[in-house]
Amino acid sequence: MSETDYNQIVQLLCDRLTSLSKVPEVSIAPETNLITQLSIDSIKLLNLIMEIEDTFDISIPINALTDIQTVGELAALVHKIKSAS
Amino acid sequence: MNLLEKLDAAATARKSLLPDGVGAFGIPIEEVYSATEARIGDRRVLLLGTNNYLGLTFAPECIQAAHQAIDKEGTGTTGSRMANGSYFGHRALEREFADFYQCSNGIVFTTGYQANLGTISGLVGPGDTVLIDGDSHASIYDGCILSGADIVRFKHNDAADMEKRLRRLGNRVETTLIIAEGIYSMLGDQAPLAEIIKIKKQYGCILLLDEAHSLGVLGETGQGLVEKTGLLNEVDFITGTFSKSLCSIGGFCVSNHPQLEQLRYVSHPYIFTASPSPATIASTRAALELLRKGSHLREQLWKNCTQLYTQLKQTGYQLGPDPGPVIAAILETPQQALLMWKSLLEHNIYVNLILPPAAPEGKSLVRCSVNAAHTSEQIQYVGDTFAKLYDLVNA
Repeated sequence: MSETDYNQIVQLLCDRLTSLSKVPEVSIAPETNLITQLSIDSIKLLNLIMEIEDTFDISIPINALTDIQTVGELAALVHKIKSAS
Repeated sequence: MNLLEKLDAAATARKSLLPDGVGAFGIPIEEVYSATEARIGDRRVLLLGTNNYLGLTFAPECIQAAHQAIDKEGTGTTGSRMANGSYFGHRALEREFADFYQCSNGIVFTTGYQANLGTISGLVGPGDTVLIDGDSHASIYDGCILSGADIVRFKHNDAADMEKRLRRLGNRVETTLIIAEGIYSMLGDQAPLAEIIKIKKQYGCILLLDEAHSLGVLGETGQGLVEKTGLLNEVDFITGTFSKSLCSIGGFCVSNHPQLEQLRYVSHPYIFTASPSPATIASTRAALELLRKGSHLREQLWKNCTQLYTQLKQTGYQLGPDPGPVIAAILETPQQALLMWKSLLEHNIYVNLILPPAAPEGKSLVRCSVNAAHTSEQIQYVGDTFAKLYDLVNA
């Protein structure tokens, strides 16, 4: 996958997170923190992961999320898994 | 934010959901009168929030067995199953569980939580995969985390979704463990076991079924969903707990795979804890005997479940899809659920309050657990009270 693909993943995540965020005034960007800035609860995040898996036809083990804090880091993880599949 | 400040922040969030010092979580029970009644504060309440499905907490056979065990063997084993904690009773209970499920092997754990932790972390490890239902109990999640295996979730009770995620794993299916539950604790619904088994056989995976809430409740002899569906021989590992229908504390795993025995040597939750006390083992053995011949208890339980489920449904409450001992009224907001919970307590009825994110789909639950010892009049009173409160919480 290319840089373009990465940017598409970021865009898709930003769109979905906008509807899930409890803090609508925060403008979502790659450096936005999922928990501290968007207050996304764990269940919503896990359900979002299932959606992403379906969109890209990949498996994202939830334990791979341990080190993920920002939208950009999540996009990079998705990009990495998709590229390897 | 330092460690203590993080806890303070969590406490503030909790208090914002439960204002006015409402003690819905960890409510103090002052006295227990029977399987169905207790005192909370100065109220004598009906217990509709326990997991005492067969109503055996005061069964004379269990109490007598526990007394005798204390007199004979003392209050505790003071040691691990791996060291000095495997008494005759522990080994006998393992044989009795294996016999009950017509399996060659059985292991007893100190709690039901540890049964899942110990079994899962013993079966899979780093590089393996666990495919679990999205609504799995915390003990399943924690067991998976402890194992170090990759954790993939499928949509709750959706076998087609499970199949899709299994397909994506490619040749990793060979080292994949699928986990489902007989009855799910939040909404009381049952796993689509036949569909899950068809898929697991197609892909050649191993299946673990947790019968914690279905043991004693489903099937002619109370084995659980495996008996109700006639699929006992198709499930690789069955776990369960003593703390619901068996009215004590502890857990088990049974299997026809001889490799189960190896868990005794690799499973930390089995090894690094003291074994259940002699009284616990003795009362569990007595309760298991009552459970096996307790078709009359199951008949009464299901009569009570059907009575309450039907009445709440007719009143207009949104409930889980299957009638059963776990009957949860699904409410849109935590405020509605809290109002309902408090109002029920004011009417001397204790139920469980479940708020997001613990409840599925961001909803809130007021959950009743019915048991075989409830009288028809008690169930009627609970149903009537829910009906009386319907307009209040839906205003």
